[in-house]
Amino acid sequence: MYLYVIKRVLLVIPTLVGAAALVFLLMRLIPGDVCVIRLGSSGGTFDPKAVTLCHQELGMDRPIWVQFFDFMWGIVRFDFGTSMWSAKPVTTEIWARLPVSLEIALLGTVLATAIAIPLGTLSALRQNSWLDLFVRVFAIGGIATPSFWLGIISLLIVLDLTSFFLGSPWMPPIDYVPFWEDPIRNLSMVFLPAITIGYRYSAITMRMTRSTMLEVMREDYIRTARAKGLIHKLIINRHALKNAMLPVVTLIGIEFAFLIGGLVVTEQVFNLNGVGRLFVQAVQNQDYTLTQALVMMTVVVFVFCNLVVDLLYAWLDPRIRYS
Amino acid sequence: MGLPAVVDDSLALRPTLWMRTIHFLRREPLGTFGLALVIIMAMTGGFAELIAPYNPTANDFAAMTEAPSWAHVLGTDQFGRDLLSRLIYGARTAMIVGLSSALVGGVIGLVLGVGSAYFGGLIDLILQRIFDIVMAFPLIILALAVVSIFGTGVQNVIIAITIPLIPRCARVVRSSALAIREIPYVDAARACGFSHSRIILRHMVPNVMAPFLIMITASVGQAVLAEASLSYLGLGVQEPVPAWGLMLQGGAEEYASTAPWIAIFPGLAIMLSVLGVNLFGDALRDTLDPKMRNR
Repeated sequence: MYLYVIKRVLLVIPTLVGAAALVFLLMRLIPGDVCVIRLGSSGGTFDPKAVTLCHQELGMDRPIWVQFFDFMWGIVRFDFGTSMWSAKPVTTEIWARLPVSLEIALLGTVLATAIAIPLGTLSALRQNSWLDLFVRVFAIGGIATPSFWLGIISLLIVLDLTSFFLGSPWMPPIDYVPFWEDPIRNLSMVFLPAITIGYRYSAITMRMTRSTMLEVMREDYIRTARAKGLIHKLIINRHALKNAMLPVVTLIGIEFAFLIGGLVVTEQVFNLNGVGRLFVQAVQNQDYTLTQALVMMTVVVFVFCNLVVDLLYAWLDPRIRYS
Repeated sequence: MGLPAVVDDSLALRPTLWMRTIHFLRREPLGTFGLALVIIMAMTGGFAELIAPYNPTANDFAAMTEAPSWAHVLGTDQFGRDLLSRLIYGARTAMIVGLSSALVGGVIGLVLGVGSAYFGGLIDLILQRIFDIVMAFPLIILALAVVSIFGTGVQNVIIAITIPLIPRCARVVRSSALAIREIPYVDAARACGFSHSRIILRHMVPNVMAPFLIMITASVGQAVLAEASLSYLGLGVQEPVPAWGLMLQGGAEEYASTAPWIAIFPGLAIMLSVLGVNLFGDALRDTLDPKMRNR
């Protein structure tokens, strides 16, 4: 088990280094010049010498390999430089927006898991019943529905319902307030986006739960447990669920990492000031440092979620733990 | 006196493609429904000029945000453009982007995956690390970055969506190819002195077709969703090319309360097309994978 852990952790390093190199290369391939965009954004003409000064200020006049090593050294020290657009430290820009995105991602995960596992299990236990059909339709709908469209429709429904019942339409707030300061306002802001990303998440988890439960219920040890006279509830809780949950736990971890990508579009729909929206703005402004930092943050979260899931799976499954 | 029935196995009919198709259509009603949705979408996009009642890019400022009526069956958008016509032409964009990205990404992934499994060793190690690195980027993030480099437009969106799909397909194909590599007829082919390309193309590739086809159908759905997301963000297909995601970006939120049809119909079109592809893909997997047949 220890060798497996060490090997798995060591494999993360070349992946992160490679990802950093790819991010750096991709940013340098984007056509255009951030200094020209910045200087030209206020309208009118500008002195070409100002562009040169801007390049020197941002370190863009140095050789490319120096810029790369500077970038890698910055990652190691968690120093991502300053935003080429706003001139504020990148960590400040990200830190200000991270709570919104993190809360939506976590709430979406909790909602999705709370719905998916019980429904997926019941659907498997009552295969081909009306409940099973409903769950399968619900799940396939979740995979097919674009999350940004679901967000728009949910806003539409909220507007119409509040107009009808309250007399005037109500929109969720867009300025972030921490949960401990004003729980009602906080939840009213994040609830709809969390449902929007949670639906697809729950659909995928539900399908996996159903599939693994069906496989486990057909195993010989379940038949043996029934033959021994164990009550149905005990069979499900003590034998079936534990084994069925292993791949589901893996999937929940991997899907959480994928959520980061989903937030990019969801925050745009709900006009939320999160890291997803910041990413789109950084790409549009050709802000290299900010884009690099955001992509690396996404990649690190993704890689570490996969690592945790792999290690957790190895720990939960005694066959791997003792191999 | 009747002649005794003679049962001769050598004369037993092998199921033809047509018989297998009929068998599939009967056994998999949901998959058939999914296939029907895909065919409808493809035909709609393919014959858009014949089906669409109006020019999808023609503005009509006298008919802005009109509700569905006999003149405009699904209503008009904020520029007076007929929604039904834009949806029909949008099907073409979705099909072109979805199919192209999935096929190109799938074929490249197939070659890389089978090659990686066949050669093994250092080649496999390097390719797997490259796949790890590319797959560490969520699909939409990598697609956004690629679009930023190459620019927007249909061709560049196809490239942007194809690149993240390649390692995903390669991984799935590689795991099947690893098992096939150990089968004796591959060793026999090597012993006969066949070239690597012959062994890969004639012995290994046909045997990974099942997971490859399942992966392709899943990829089409992902590609259609990715294209819609990129267009919604304004980084995909650009005006005046009709695209479903672009229609949602335009006036969907702004006119949500006064003209909800602008938001509803493009999203329904995306959902139905992805649903069709997924249902067909699920049925295909159930047919091709014996373990799934009793679910």
